[in-house]
Amino acid sequence: MSENNFAFVSTSEKPQLPPPQGTTGAVGWIRENLFSSPLNTILTLLSIFVVYSTVPGVVNWAFVDSVWNANSLDECRALTENGACWAVIRERYHQFLFGFYPTELYWRPILAFVLLFLALVPALWDGMPKRSTALMASMAYPFVAFWLIWGGFGLEPVSSTKLGGLLLTMIIGVSGISFSLPIGIVLALSRSSNLPIVKSLAIIFIEFIRGVPLITLLFVAHVLLNYFLPKGVNFDIVLRVVIMVTFFASAYMAEVIRGGLAALPKGQYEAADALGLSYWQSMRLIILPQALKISIPGIVNTFIGLFKDTTLVLIIGLMDPLGLVAPTLADQRWNGIFVELYAFIAFMFFIFCFAMSRYSMYLERKLHTGHR
Amino acid sequence: MSTSTVPADNSFQFSQLWRDARYRSYTIQIIALIVALSVVMMLIGNAVENLEALGKDFNFGFLFEPAGYDIGQMLVEYTSASGHWKAALVGLLNTLLVAFLACVTATLIGVFVGVLRLSNNWVVSRLMAVYIEGVRNVPLLLQILAWYAVFIHVFPTPKQAVKAPVIEGAVYATNRGFYVPGLTFDGGYQIVVAVLLASIGGIFVFRRWARQRQEATGQILPVGYITLGILIVPAVLAYFASGMPIGLDYPVAGRFNLKGGLKVGTPLIALWFALSIYSAAFVAEIVRAGIMAISKGQTEAAYALGLRPKRTMSLVVLPQSLRIIIPPMISNYLNITKNSSLAIAVGYMDLTGTLGGITLNQTGREMECMLLLMATYLLISLSISAVMNFYNESVKLKGR
Repeated sequence: MSENNFAFVSTSEKPQLPPPQGTTGAVGWIRENLFSSPLNTILTLLSIFVVYSTVPGVVNWAFVDSVWNANSLDECRALTENGACWAVIRERYHQFLFGFYPTELYWRPILAFVLLFLALVPALWDGMPKRSTALMASMAYPFVAFWLIWGGFGLEPVSSTKLGGLLLTMIIGVSGISFSLPIGIVLALSRSSNLPIVKSLAIIFIEFIRGVPLITLLFVAHVLLNYFLPKGVNFDIVLRVVIMVTFFASAYMAEVIRGGLAALPKGQYEAADALGLSYWQSMRLIILPQALKISIPGIVNTFIGLFKDTTLVLIIGLMDPLGLVAPTLADQRWNGIFVELYAFIAFMFFIFCFAMSRYSMYLERKLHTGHR
Repeated sequence: MSTSTVPADNSFQFSQLWRDARYRSYTIQIIALIVALSVVMMLIGNAVENLEALGKDFNFGFLFEPAGYDIGQMLVEYTSASGHWKAALVGLLNTLLVAFLACVTATLIGVFVGVLRLSNNWVVSRLMAVYIEGVRNVPLLLQILAWYAVFIHVFPTPKQAVKAPVIEGAVYATNRGFYVPGLTFDGGYQIVVAVLLASIGGIFVFRRWARQRQEATGQILPVGYITLGILIVPAVLAYFASGMPIGLDYPVAGRFNLKGGLKVGTPLIALWFALSIYSAAFVAEIVRAGIMAISKGQTEAAYALGLRPKRTMSLVVLPQSLRIIIPPMISNYLNITKNSSLAIAVGYMDLTGTLGGITLNQTGREMECMLLLMATYLLISLSISAVMNFYNESVKLKGR
């Protein structure tokens, strides 16, 4: 009797139908991610409009309509109305790279730059054969670079006033970076130690440095440091700036590393003590490797900040890339060409800083062992 | 049975100062103290000696001599005949002004960007990533100088601006700055201000009462609307009751220049703009990290308890992410304040520009000026840190 109640009864399993069109593939992805709600649709259209209205214009300006061969801004403008005039960079790129360093001696900073990468290899590549020997060799790099750039001992000496451009940025940045990490570690350990006097000295130093803008410290280096030195002792201005920038960065570094030290579970410290390790052994073998690993993003951020802050030296009259803009604009032929100059310098800094931040992300992923 | 292997030798040996953990900490600390003190003594000694050799003394009397220079942008009455201290005060207020403005706009832009960065809309989140990475990896000083140059070249001279106002008779954009209507205060404006302050106090009382009532009875009041009402209604009533003492002063177009109104100079605008755009990228990252740190289970648990999405946000997610967001946010505000000292590059007269710039160069008193300058910044920073520490203490997870 029940036979007629059902119109159709399947006796075998039906094959699965494909998912409805529009929920898979490119169309589905676009629907899901770009047009899932009215608000999302508006945002998407708005973003596409922004991209559409800026990107072609910028590309045209920078690449398609740009001029590379010209002797003055007027010549550029005669050739193209809406293009960038990169001729100024072509004419002066060596200044933006080396400042007023003697042209015939360019091989010295270039060699120093190449050696920098060789010296960095053992520090950055942890799978390197004979790494510890290579690291020892890297330690000698600062002295070699100093000798190459400033001369002396058989090389023709070059005065600090001739330094400028990216060379100056690299000198201040690299020395600041390489000295601020060890000083920062020492300061962080002092601040988190249980020796009251050492601790308060570290706190005073760190809070003082972090409490004032870098520019005031550079002013001190510029106008005040001579008062605090014995008569007759006179540091080079670049050296003074390097010292101040290093102090500045190491105070920030100390706070970043202290964060890492504080984030370690207390059991790690207690386990190290229970193993009978001395303070320095436990720091070197147990605490610091973990604390530094946690603080990598912060450390690299401090590095990037330091590298960007090197531009501040223009305020005390040093010729870093940004400081070279004014002299270029003062040239009759290039008067008014600021957009190209700023764009070029911004691009230069972007490459270095972006590379650093990507490397830190890579390092973070690599060292992430899954138990944080 | 165990026997002690430590000999009961209580006699003190000199090598214990270094080898014995009981004494070593004292040795290290005393050495550190001596080194630190001698460095400080040496620096001070050198400074005294060098100042003497140059025939300079150390006193702050110069602060009361006439400054002799003009300042373009000021919040308090100042002329070139005012003392150097007044110039420094104008500078300090200018620092605080641009820092405050930049903090507000950076927060607004940054929260917006940070939320969009988390959006699952691929185009939007990519666009925001490009903005954040592009802005964060370029030096702030470069951005300030570039915006300044852009503002100077894009906007017309005052003479042309008079012919092409943004809003006829009210807002003019020129390459020297923006002219907007300013506020004028006539007699009796104090009443309005007092009423406004009183209503702000009233809001706090009301909100506390509303919360207690909700905890006691479970009834929820429309707190937001009532707060807005308390803020606006009494102040508006007082404004009309006291005879409209606060008016607007419109800029007037002269033949070559604009008069009256409030002039917001190009240096301030460029600095404000650059600081906001730059810091907003950092705020965005802070906000993103804060929201991502709250696990999805929290939201799901709130839904399971029957809370609506809006209440879930305000009662469960926000209180937890704010605990993560606010400390880096405050140190970001501190950075904005310190970064505002880059004003000197575009000629905005902040504290560094007056006290550390022109006053220092005119009087030649490097030591006194730099000391005052650094002490002021230090004071600002330490008070902001004190606020932050207080906040951290109050929201710390109890009993872990």
